[in-house]
Amino acid sequence: MDNGESTPGPRTLLLEGAGDADLTKLGEYERVGGYTALRNALTTPPEELLEQALASGLRGRGGAGFPMGRKASFLPKPDQTSKPIYLAVNADESEPGTFKDREIMFSIPHAVIEGVLIASFAIGAKAAFIYLRGEYLAEFEILRDALEEAQGRGLVGANILGTGFDLSIVLHRGAGAYICGEETGLLESLEGKRGQPRSKPPFPAIEGLYGAPTLINNVETLATLPSILRMGGEEYAKIGVDNSAGTRLFSLSGNVVTGGNYELELGTPLRSLIYDVGGGIAEGRKLKAVIPGGSSVPVLSADEIDTPLDFDSMAAAGSMLGSGAVIVIDERCCMVQLGLRVAQFYQHESCGKCTPCREGTRWMVQLLRKIEDGDASQGELDLLLNVCDRILGNCLCPLGDAAAMPIASYVAKFREEYQQHIEQGGCPYGGESSLEGVLAPIDQHHHDVITGIEVPA
Amino acid sequence: MSNLYEEIQAVADQYPVRRSAVIPALRLAQERHGWLPPEAFREVADALALTPAYCRSVASFYDMFRLEPTGKCVVEICTNISCALVGAQAVLEAFESELGISAGETTDDGEFSLRTVECAGGCGWGTVAAINGRYREHVKAENVSEIVSELRNG
Repeated sequence: MDNGESTPGPRTLLLEGAGDADLTKLGEYERVGGYTALRNALTTPPEELLEQALASGLRGRGGAGFPMGRKASFLPKPDQTSKPIYLAVNADESEPGTFKDREIMFSIPHAVIEGVLIASFAIGAKAAFIYLRGEYLAEFEILRDALEEAQGRGLVGANILGTGFDLSIVLHRGAGAYICGEETGLLESLEGKRGQPRSKPPFPAIEGLYGAPTLINNVETLATLPSILRMGGEEYAKIGVDNSAGTRLFSLSGNVVTGGNYELELGTPLRSLIYDVGGGIAEGRKLKAVIPGGSSVPVLSADEIDTPLDFDSMAAAGSMLGSGAVIVIDERCCMVQLGLRVAQFYQHESCGKCTPCREGTRWMVQLLRKIEDGDASQGELDLLLNVCDRILGNCLCPLGDAAAMPIASYVAKFREEYQQHIEQGGCPYGGESSLEGVLAPIDQHHHDVITGIEVPA
Repeated sequence: MSNLYEEIQAVADQYPVRRSAVIPALRLAQERHGWLPPEAFREVADALALTPAYCRSVASFYDMFRLEPTGKCVVEICTNISCALVGAQAVLEAFESELGISAGETTDDGEFSLRTVECAGGCGWGTVAAINGRYREHVKAENVSEIVSELRNG
């Protein structure tokens, strides 16, 4: 770079040591400095821990990117409320393209537990709930075993390490619903209900789980806390770029040579992740587009990949860093089919509580299918954008926006391709698109007929 | 086999409000029955002092609860975009042809159910096929016949 500073790139902080040893074992985790941050934290005044979190500039790693320290500061102190204070861990990773929390849980489960302990101590919580995505079976077993080991060593439970601090940690498995990754949907589900988001305010910091003050943090956010405390908040803030401190675990997938999760300093150029780290586009094909933050964010075209992977740069490029899931799309992909498949996902996952999302996602799917089939008029393409517009900003929770933003961006950036479908009366890819004929769950045959099994009336 | 009622009580004891145990309890009942027949809702409702209708209303919200019987071996293929971009549809069609059923169906002998699912969270290692909940990653259409014969013999 012209200012003499080196460009941010791969840097191991969160996953330090995970490549060399089995850190799912408590002893191995302690050998690389595990639980030292907790030991120090338990003798530090909680306010100082929150100051460290604020000073670090750590922003939530789930999708919204809200500063973790500020979020925690919205909760009342234990002496300001008669209610218990809770920590809820959002381990319901389900934004399409995202699989990094899963890697954190199966490779460094104790960093998650240590982060949960530190955050709980800092906010005065005595009970923490890990809301784990139901499908993550192997990760459940690993976390359960790690929790048992930590409990056996006096790190979880009553009078932790003899300090008088008590924390119970409940591992709660979901049962398959994208919407439970939304924080109030998560709370509803954790309370034993359908996972339909609540209207806000009140915010969970004031009225969360069981109506009590609740801090909700993503797995990666919490797993980062031990390294922040080990190096100090101010030192952590020096990693990355302005407004985007630290490292993040990026999930790389799609038409790239080596998909996987890669820890990078924030501010690393998207190009470097795709080409230097991921080995470029598979089979020497041409890059067409990149979804930089999970399927709910606006798409970037191939000429925008010099955008740095940080919050502000992505916003300036008209997209979002989201959950850090980078989906690479090569030249074979029809952007109408992409829109259709993304819209089908959000229609399937819409909880049905508010109208713009429930009806809007259905309209989007129907219009996109007509466009793909070559049956749509010019007016129906305009109507698609109109539907997106009427969803944006009008829903109870972010799911509606998550459906409308990407679709509107595909039309904006690949308008010519949408236009072609209408003018030619069909898909210009003629059956050769990489997403041709993909069967979405919402379209599959749902009626099971089994012979020989008596279904009680 | 221990008593489902007792198992549910032990789970419910972990929570400040016992209703929080509905989802874990439904999972326990489903593990026992293979799916959620009407009696499963009665059992869960009885254990948690709720109504069967309430338990059913919760179950129907979540994709992993089975409101109809399924085959002994449930094969789920992720067809969300990351997997789809690297050939999930071809993998699905290979399973359809090996098993002789369409997605959403169960074989006549009750051995296999096949369905597509939304993003399983293995995006960089697609295509993901979950077999009775255990993930297999990097699945290609050409591996499918081997996987199916392994499952048939296993």
